[in-house]
Amino acid sequence: MSPAMLEIDGLDVSYGGIAAVRGLSIEVGKGEIVGLIGPNGAGKSTTLHAVMGLVATRHGEIRLAGTSLRGRAPEEVTRSGISLVPEGRRIFADLTVEENLRLGLSGRRSREGAAEDIEAVYALFPIVKDFRRRRAGVLSGGQQQQLAIARALVAGPDVLLLDEPSLGLAPKIVDVVFETLAEIRRRGITVLLVEQRAQRTVAFADRTYLMANGEIRLTMTPADAADTDTMVAAYLS
Amino acid sequence: MNALGAPVLATINAQVVVDAIGLGATYALMAVGIGLVFGILRLVNFAYGQLIMAGAYTLAYTSSWPVAWSIVACFGVVIALSLLMERAVFRPLREQSPTVMLVTTFAISFVLQSIALLIDIRDGQIGEPAPSLTSLNVPISIDGVDVRKVTIVAVLVAIGALGALALLLGRTEIGLRTRAAAADFRTARLLGVKANQVIGLAVVLSGALAATVAVILTVQTPFVTPDFALHDTIIVLVGVVVGGIDRLWTATLGGFAIGFVSGIVNGALPTDSTVYLPSVVFALVILVLLLRPAGLFVRGRTSVVDRV
Repeated sequence: MSPAMLEIDGLDVSYGGIAAVRGLSIEVGKGEIVGLIGPNGAGKSTTLHAVMGLVATRHGEIRLAGTSLRGRAPEEVTRSGISLVPEGRRIFADLTVEENLRLGLSGRRSREGAAEDIEAVYALFPIVKDFRRRRAGVLSGGQQQQLAIARALVAGPDVLLLDEPSLGLAPKIVDVVFETLAEIRRRGITVLLVEQRAQRTVAFADRTYLMANGEIRLTMTPADAADTDTMVAAYLS
Repeated sequence: MNALGAPVLATINAQVVVDAIGLGATYALMAVGIGLVFGILRLVNFAYGQLIMAGAYTLAYTSSWPVAWSIVACFGVVIALSLLMERAVFRPLREQSPTVMLVTTFAISFVLQSIALLIDIRDGQIGEPAPSLTSLNVPISIDGVDVRKVTIVAVLVAIGALGALALLLGRTEIGLRTRAAAADFRTARLLGVKANQVIGLAVVLSGALAATVAVILTVQTPFVTPDFALHDTIIVLVGVVVGGIDRLWTATLGGFAIGFVSGIVNGALPTDSTVYLPSVVFALVILVLLLRPAGLFVRGRTSVVDRV
């Protein structure tokens, strides 16, 4: 079996002596979409931050296509081929839409193909192209989320991490976000998706892990989608 | 007109205004130097004045050299010291709280003053003359107003430096990355912006501005002591906070404003009353902070210490 695209192996993270993630192991194969759901404080965001090198890990390995990411700074992880769409979108409100996108280019391994990738992103998100001269702060929440995903994609990542991309969006806009993720899947980009919308994530992802208290409690497949709520309730009680 | 008003108003003439603009321009340059580093590192560098002091001593000790080389040496020493400060002190403290960083820069400030004193005292007395640039202190008369050449230089250099900085930040990729890092350092890094690169740029630019100010202040006060520029730095730090430290242009305006106001108050106060200058300036500062706590030039109410 070829090595997983993204491999988290026995990850321990703690903040001030309190364990946030304990012995977590997840494998995401090339082109797979893996979901990560669970209540607030379960350690989902912390897991993504550990992958990006934003928080120090106590134990465990994180590997990208077999190569350890240990000790890499966030900007180096991005250049290695992993992009994070952060929680709350984190758009630069005072910069234009285009400037936000150009910042995404700084995470590329090479300038080669940058123009094509920007065109591809414009095709995927027409709104980003139409509003490229505007200040990003005036965009609606859904438009900002599209910009945040576009900004991560222009770095040309092999693996895309998304931290609650549907948070605070109207149901119709959530549909748009999931359609976008489907398109990203078609392009062969590996995805690790942290979400609050449990049922939707279980139905969409190839595999979904339920996380609580820093550990994985349950693995679900799209076949479990209809029973998501009862299964989650049973395992969290 | 009250008894106090008449003589006060009478002394605010064109001469006072010109000198106040010169002081404002110099303080604006310092404010940009402090604001640039604050923008990226969220660190209020109290030791900024000692960068200027080091530059002034360099000018003093190289005053036998050709002026151009002396100025080059000043820039070299100040930028090198600025980079050393970042590497040796700021970088290890990057994850610390703003309070820890501020107190640390206090310590650096005193250490650098002590080192300067040790170097300075070798000839048996404190203070070194820096005469090579004093020709710039000569006034020329424009329309009956004596304008010292250095005032013109200060204003032109301030306009030129701020214009160049605006172009660098606004029109280049590294400038865009620097602005992003100043707005949200963590997200900028997540996108691939190299932390050490933007910090390095801010530190070098900040050092270059300190060296520029060292040249201007040395022309005006050609006698360098370990506390050179210390008083100015405190005033500028206050001005930067009053203007709004969170944004470069509000910080710059704050620096200019406090320099300009200091100049005007200094000119308006009778010569035997200039000891009250700090009292008047700080009274105005307290008033501003009471009325507009986020900063004089900041629109809306945003927190000053909103970070990460």
